[in-house]
Amino acid sequence: MSGDVMSDAVPTASSRSALRRIWRSDLAVSFRRNPGAIVGGAILFLLAAGALLAPWVAATDPYDLATLSLLDSRLPPIWLDGGVWPYLLGTDTQGADLLSLILYGMRTSLLVGLAAVALSCTLGSALGLIAGYFGGRVGGVIMRAADIQFTFPAIILALLIGGIAQAVLPASLQATFALPVVVMALGLSHWPHFARLVRGGVLVEKKKDYVAAARLAGRGSVSIMVRQLLPNVMNVIFVLATLDVAFAVMGEATLSFLGFGLPPTEPSLGTLIRSGYSYLFAGEWWLVIFPGLTLMLVIVAINLVGDWLRDALNPRLQ
Amino acid sequence: MIAFLARRLVHGALVLLVVSLLAFALSAFVGDPVASILGLNATPEDRVVLRERLNLDDPWASRYLSFVGKAVQGEFGMSYSAQRPVIDLVLERVPATLELAGVALAFSLLIGLPIGVYAAVFRHNWSSGAVMMLSVIGVSLPSFVVGILLIFLFSVRLGWLPSFGRGEVVDIGWWTTGLLTVSGLTSLIMPAAALAVGQVALIARLVRAEMLEVLRTDYIRFARARGLKPRVINLSHALRNTLIPVITVSGIQLGFLVAFAIVVEAVFQWPGLGLLFLQALGSTDVPVISAFLLLAACFFLVINTIVDLLYLVADPRLRVRGGLSSEGAL
Repeated sequence: MSGDVMSDAVPTASSRSALRRIWRSDLAVSFRRNPGAIVGGAILFLLAAGALLAPWVAATDPYDLATLSLLDSRLPPIWLDGGVWPYLLGTDTQGADLLSLILYGMRTSLLVGLAAVALSCTLGSALGLIAGYFGGRVGGVIMRAADIQFTFPAIILALLIGGIAQAVLPASLQATFALPVVVMALGLSHWPHFARLVRGGVLVEKKKDYVAAARLAGRGSVSIMVRQLLPNVMNVIFVLATLDVAFAVMGEATLSFLGFGLPPTEPSLGTLIRSGYSYLFAGEWWLVIFPGLTLMLVIVAINLVGDWLRDALNPRLQ
Repeated sequence: MIAFLARRLVHGALVLLVVSLLAFALSAFVGDPVASILGLNATPEDRVVLRERLNLDDPWASRYLSFVGKAVQGEFGMSYSAQRPVIDLVLERVPATLELAGVALAFSLLIGLPIGVYAAVFRHNWSSGAVMMLSVIGVSLPSFVVGILLIFLFSVRLGWLPSFGRGEVVDIGWWTTGLLTVSGLTSLIMPAAALAVGQVALIARLVRAEMLEVLRTDYIRFARARGLKPRVINLSHALRNTLIPVITVSGIQLGFLVAFAIVVEAVFQWPGLGLLFLQALGSTDVPVISAFLLLAACFFLVINTIVDLLYLVADPRLRVRGGLSSEGAL
């Protein structure tokens, strides 16, 4: 459970270059031996690069209405009869390039996913640290709250938060707040996972001598929690956070698909699937199938990488 | 055992307290029941009369108590949009969701178990690695996307299966079943499969892990030494001891299946509880949302308690430690 796993496998590393040290580290070796991780990592890298560089790689800017032409609408993918360059995956009913839409949509999806995990991870880890370190009544209340929330599957809670926010917010503000609401809904529905995991780690770590030493040295509770305990439970947090990005991306897509997430004006993989679904029976099947496949690919890639990290950093979590 | 049950009772009471407060807060602060019932054209006098009839001006503590009192008797008021008692709406949707989740669970066990056993027995085989890799993919597939792909393939392209609804149903007393008609069965295949895909992968991984553990034990080595056939050892010695955790996990999975059924029901317009909840959420039909939350809380509490009890019965070691909490195994 300690941070040693991440450090160098070779004891006398001073003479070697940093790159070589990384190449030879346990983590890199286990990565090279894990085909799933290599495939997942490569896919993830490509997808993330495409999403990040969307304004430069995408054939068209789907938000620049001036470039859209209804003449180009409802074009099928390029390998089918009627497909037109540069619309590789075809176009939607407005004439926007589907591949560009997917690239831009993936940006939103990944942004929401990372933000939601940042929220649940920070909140859950902080509460888990406090519950584990102080224990007693404070810890009891925190873990009781986590238990209560655990009774419900996270997706129901996220739906509830999204739905209530829609009911409470006036229509004029909904589009503005849609993104923060989704991040909140997903983040707040998943913090107990982090809290439970971190508390468990802290309970083990705080009995160790280095914590007693820090206490004797006169360090305060906050300093011990943040500077001593947190680094030693970072491994488990990191693994869970990686896997949780997959949950959050899937959660965003689910909320948006069901109409309780982002509005159609804010393209994400979920909103693309939602708006494309209505054309499935009309013949424009590519509008829902390709965003759906992209979503699957993102989640599979994250899970492959997360699975490898779990095995490499923390065999006990398997 | 008694201490465990007592703790579960306290936990359950707390959960119900929190959820009922939440449900009550929804009905008190979200939406305006007077406007929802009377519409926008009502006179101010009518509004005052209705406010009094609904006791909306009482202190909130007494309103909460009467809310709980009615909820215990199954009275959740009238649905705003359907203008029918909420409890009737909910009860007539229960069979659809339970049949969907039950069949999905059966699918995932029937397919996941053999795959897991295979991957454990032939663990040095390349095919076992491939199976495990596929299972990572299986766990990652969002059920609604699987549903859409199935509809595209089997309804739009091939035209073999219906893409929405439950087909013809048969009334058996207060239960309606789609399992007895051809159209009911064909309607059930795709939603259940979409729901089961992720669970198949989970069950397969679990069975493999447990089976590998069992295959390492002394009694299996002893059975091998006695010259028993591998088939007998694998199936009647090893698998039997693998099944205990699988049964308990299936219980937890049933809970998750019901939760994810919400999404699948939306894809297939399956007339179950999940669709009811989504429609209520979309139209801010607060009485229906409140009822759904309270019933879901009871359902998950019961499932979690049964699962924990099964653990205790199956694994005597846990009795000493005083039981573990299994809720949220994912």
